[in-house]
Amino acid sequence: MIKIRAKDVDVFYGKKQALFNISLDIEENQVTALIGPSGCGKSTFLRCLNRMNDVIDICSVKGEILINDFNINDKSCDVVRLREKIGMVFQKPNPFPKTLYENVSYGPTIHGMAQSKQEMDEIVETSLKKAALWEEVKDRLHEPGTGLSGGQQQRLCIARAISVRPEVILMDEPCSALDPIATAQIEELIDELKKEHTIIIVTHSMAQAARVSQNTGFFHLGQLIEHGSTDKIFKNPDNKKTQDYITGRFG
Amino acid sequence: MNKNKEQLLNKRYKAEQRFRLYGLSAIFMALLFLTIFIFKIFSTGYSAFQKTWLIVPVTFDAELMMLDQNPSKEDLQDADYYDIALKSMADLDPNANEDQENELKRMVSYFFEKEIKNELLNDPNLIGKTKEVYLTASDDLDQVFKGNYPRDLPEDQRRVSDYQLKIFDQLVANGKVESKFNISFFTNADSREAELAGIASSFMGSIFSILVCLMIAFPVAVLAAIYLEEFAPKNRFTDFIEVNINNLAAVPSIVFGLLGLGVLLAIFQLPRSTPLVGGITLSLMTLPTIIIAARASLKAVPPSIREAALAMGASRMQTTMHHTVPLSMPGTLSGTIIGLAQALGETAPLILIGMVAFVNTIPGSPMDPAASLPVQIYIWAESAERGFVEKVSACIMVLLGFLIIMNLFAQIIRHKFEKKWS
Repeated sequence: MIKIRAKDVDVFYGKKQALFNISLDIEENQVTALIGPSGCGKSTFLRCLNRMNDVIDICSVKGEILINDFNINDKSCDVVRLREKIGMVFQKPNPFPKTLYENVSYGPTIHGMAQSKQEMDEIVETSLKKAALWEEVKDRLHEPGTGLSGGQQQRLCIARAISVRPEVILMDEPCSALDPIATAQIEELIDELKKEHTIIIVTHSMAQAARVSQNTGFFHLGQLIEHGSTDKIFKNPDNKKTQDYITGRFG
Repeated sequence: MNKNKEQLLNKRYKAEQRFRLYGLSAIFMALLFLTIFIFKIFSTGYSAFQKTWLIVPVTFDAELMMLDQNPSKEDLQDADYYDIALKSMADLDPNANEDQENELKRMVSYFFEKEIKNELLNDPNLIGKTKEVYLTASDDLDQVFKGNYPRDLPEDQRRVSDYQLKIFDQLVANGKVESKFNISFFTNADSREAELAGIASSFMGSIFSILVCLMIAFPVAVLAAIYLEEFAPKNRFTDFIEVNINNLAAVPSIVFGLLGLGVLLAIFQLPRSTPLVGGITLSLMTLPTIIIAARASLKAVPPSIREAALAMGASRMQTTMHHTVPLSMPGTLSGTIIGLAQALGETAPLILIGMVAFVNTIPGSPMDPAASLPVQIYIWAESAERGFVEKVSACIMVLLGFLIIMNLFAQIIRHKFEKKWS
């Protein structure tokens, strides 16, 4: 089933066009990887999906992005609602400089998802369990989240993102600041999370794309060169550029 | 070729050594000036914290005080103390003629009558008895006792006569002159008499001014900074505002004083010489300082925190209030304290709005006339009397102490509460 459908998306930073005519369908409960060399627009595209580009004054987005057949670029779309449904994990772990508990409970608090302290405790516990962090931190929930290791911080950010039970999770190079062991943990986690969430991950590591994703889109110079199942992209790409990139000839 | 390289390397090392030397000597110079300055202030000022008292036997003669037998409390209040006060001073030299009696009287402050009265009010049983009472020495004798007075000048160039000096020396020899901690310097308002003048009025005036300044400048500046930094679109208009805020910070303070004079006093008819007007004027001056500090500390909050909150579905307002502003608060607060410390030391605008007036009452609210510490320094420094010289330095010491405490506080806030970003 198609969860997100992008149609002819153009993005401009001021007068400079960053994305050209992107049309891409994203399957529900699967992992879609966006790959491509630096500056190709994959992160820009990802940030279109929860309208994080709104923050940048000079950025303008054209075209339609349908999530559950609803155009999020429409004026009637409420960004607060949208971002409740579409979580995001960033490149560098960015926990709030507050306690672990406050980090995870922040989303449910502002969206009024828990009626009592007990309910909130449950949300925090399930979120941390789903993020495979519970066992490591259950005794120090009230210590600052910034005191964790890099990998733990990133899993905390994932727990924070899933605490509001989003339908989609966007991940912008979530492992680029982590060591191989932490990366493996996160990848395992992504595999687990896709049962309940649709995941879109931007990555620089082709190996990672091959490991975690079912679908892959290849971006180059603001264009979506090719997209399809990960198997096909990696083994038998249609486009010469894709082939060159995957085999490491450029990028 | 190799030799050339060696020479070049040596040259570079030498240049570095020279540079270090310049830096060190610059620091040494700065420290030297500071030490000279502080030494000068302390060496002139420390004596102001001591006050000289003459111990004079006073006979509480009921007849001279016009008191009946068994006087009530009111009677004691209304009694005439001037005569016994005069008499006890005159008794210091039984052979004194009328002129000399007058001189004897001027050896103590004009407050001596009250000091004698307080003595009796504290202990009404003294009627008819004689007791040694501590009387504030005149400022000139105070200086004599502290060794600051040029005794060897010819008599007609001194305010202390030979006769007064003779009696005073006798008193000193008999142990009837004492130096004690000068409490009245902190509890008295300003006075024309140096021996009675204190900083209470100007201290309270400064406190009230700073409070008014804080209450106006802090909320306005923080709101302005938050709006400009977090909400305002970045366009020509906001650039224009930003440039003007920076310009405002560079406006000479006397201009703000003129503004206070022209607008607050002339148009709004606010009471002259009050900490209220002073505080408002100072707040105009402090405003840009706080705005700039608050914006800088808002800018220092990493964008990743804002993104994290926004991506969780927090509105812009929530992102700002839950995350950005609390994180920027330590920087904002220490900037505010620095701004207030600047305002505390400000003299020119206060002179223009009339806080330079001679105020001999202690203000109870920002609406009462008052001076402020720096203006008090200015007033005393203008005064020709010798007794005020040490007061000026003492007042500077109090002001400096105040400023150091505020700056220390700002440092503590900054170090203790500021988050470190990896």
